[in-house]
Amino acid sequence: MQNLGISVLFEGTALQRLFSGLLVTASIAFISIVIAFVLGIGVGLLRTSNSKVIRYSCKLYLEMFRIIPILVWLFIVFFGVTAAFDLDLDGKVVAVIVFSLWGTAEMGDIVRGALESLPRHQIESGKALGLNFWGLYKYVLIPQAVRRMLPGAINLATRMVKTTSLVVMIGVIDVVKVGQQIIERSILKAPAAPLWIYGLIFILYFLICYPLSRLSKKLEMKWEQ
Amino acid sequence: MNKENNQVLLEIQNLHKQYGETTVLDGINLSVHKGEVVVVLGPSGCGKSTLLRCLNGLETIQEGDITFYGKSITGKNVNWQETRQKIGMVFQDYDLFPHMTVIENIMLGPTRVQKRDKQEALQQATQLLDRVGLLERKDAYPRQLSGGQKQRIAIVRALCMNPEIMLFDEVTAALDPEMVREVLDVILGLAKQGMTMVIVTHEMGFARAVADRVLFVDAGKICEISEPDEFFTSPKTERAQQFLNIFQYHQ
Repeated sequence: MQNLGISVLFEGTALQRLFSGLLVTASIAFISIVIAFVLGIGVGLLRTSNSKVIRYSCKLYLEMFRIIPILVWLFIVFFGVTAAFDLDLDGKVVAVIVFSLWGTAEMGDIVRGALESLPRHQIESGKALGLNFWGLYKYVLIPQAVRRMLPGAINLATRMVKTTSLVVMIGVIDVVKVGQQIIERSILKAPAAPLWIYGLIFILYFLICYPLSRLSKKLEMKWEQ
Repeated sequence: MNKENNQVLLEIQNLHKQYGETTVLDGINLSVHKGEVVVVLGPSGCGKSTLLRCLNGLETIQEGDITFYGKSITGKNVNWQETRQKIGMVFQDYDLFPHMTVIENIMLGPTRVQKRDKQEALQQATQLLDRVGLLERKDAYPRQLSGGQKQRIAIVRALCMNPEIMLFDEVTAALDPEMVREVLDVILGLAKQGMTMVIVTHEMGFARAVADRVLFVDAGKICEISEPDEFFTSPKTERAQQFLNIFQYHQ
């Protein structure tokens, strides 16, 4: 009973390494989420465009990310695109590119849904006041849509955080990979190590995602008042 | 009202409107003079709301012409942002912007579209709110107001743009009967001040009181244009007679 395995967390630089792995995970997720949310609003507007060509191309873009697994996208860009164009891209950069593209497509869909759910007469009464296209979106539609898309957007953000664990497959050392390395090193002397390491990783993911859902609750409450 | 002396503000010539195969408006001709109140009556689905929406560019038309101060407002080259500032419209569903307070709703057009001085616009908004008896609700959100209050605010919002003409599209149709009066009183007040208005309504007593002319529309055509007293006591067409009988039954 001398060694329950928890000690693996405190041996050497294990904790430090796990946190640096977490930093990789969090930074890929954070940068991608910010890019996806900004560009996603643009794609959402395009998806409510009057032009069929624009609407269908945006829809095709979304479907490509829904149908093809993210892992395959990571491979396509990391191995395929880099080879085809003779590029030398770091795994983290590829991860940010793929997650941003995916997030933008999904965010676009959330924004579209929110815009389309607004009652038609909101548009008409905005127009009747003489607002032009941009004024209508800026003062009337976007502020209302933001409230409606919040739950979906937060859900997307937490999904993106969790899906970053795939980056291991293109050689990025994220928090899960670091955990595996520590387990492999200590599995013989501490058979319970996986429980403790993965347990900690569970808590770390929770620490990233939980504040996001708290934030969304808070905002919803505030707008509800 | 001596409309003969007044200029024609809005003129509709041979207006045709179709939704796909269905003809909604079938050759409408009408002139609205400055200071005149035209009430449009007719059975549901006769095209009266569509007619009103055409006047504000919310519907495209297939044939005919609409002129406002002699300038055509049909076709692709109309500056609607400009024109709609002059043509105020209030809809059936009190469509205030729910994320803005009453005063923000009213100030949006004057400050963002017309780029007017904030103080001056606020002063006008305050006066108008006071006139409809809702000044103390200026910081409320639309969801905190009753239907009648929302509709009065919607009228103020349109008025604060200083329109030349107001269009009312069944503004009391969605209201609790007890709240109809407070909204109609506001419109009646506007009529007394000489505001030019085109009103679509189902309130017959109100129509009679407020109208200078009554327009009876059926199946996309104007069946009858009369003075209100004449229309309600001895309508010229059989169709109008039938229509009025239905309402008498209600009363």
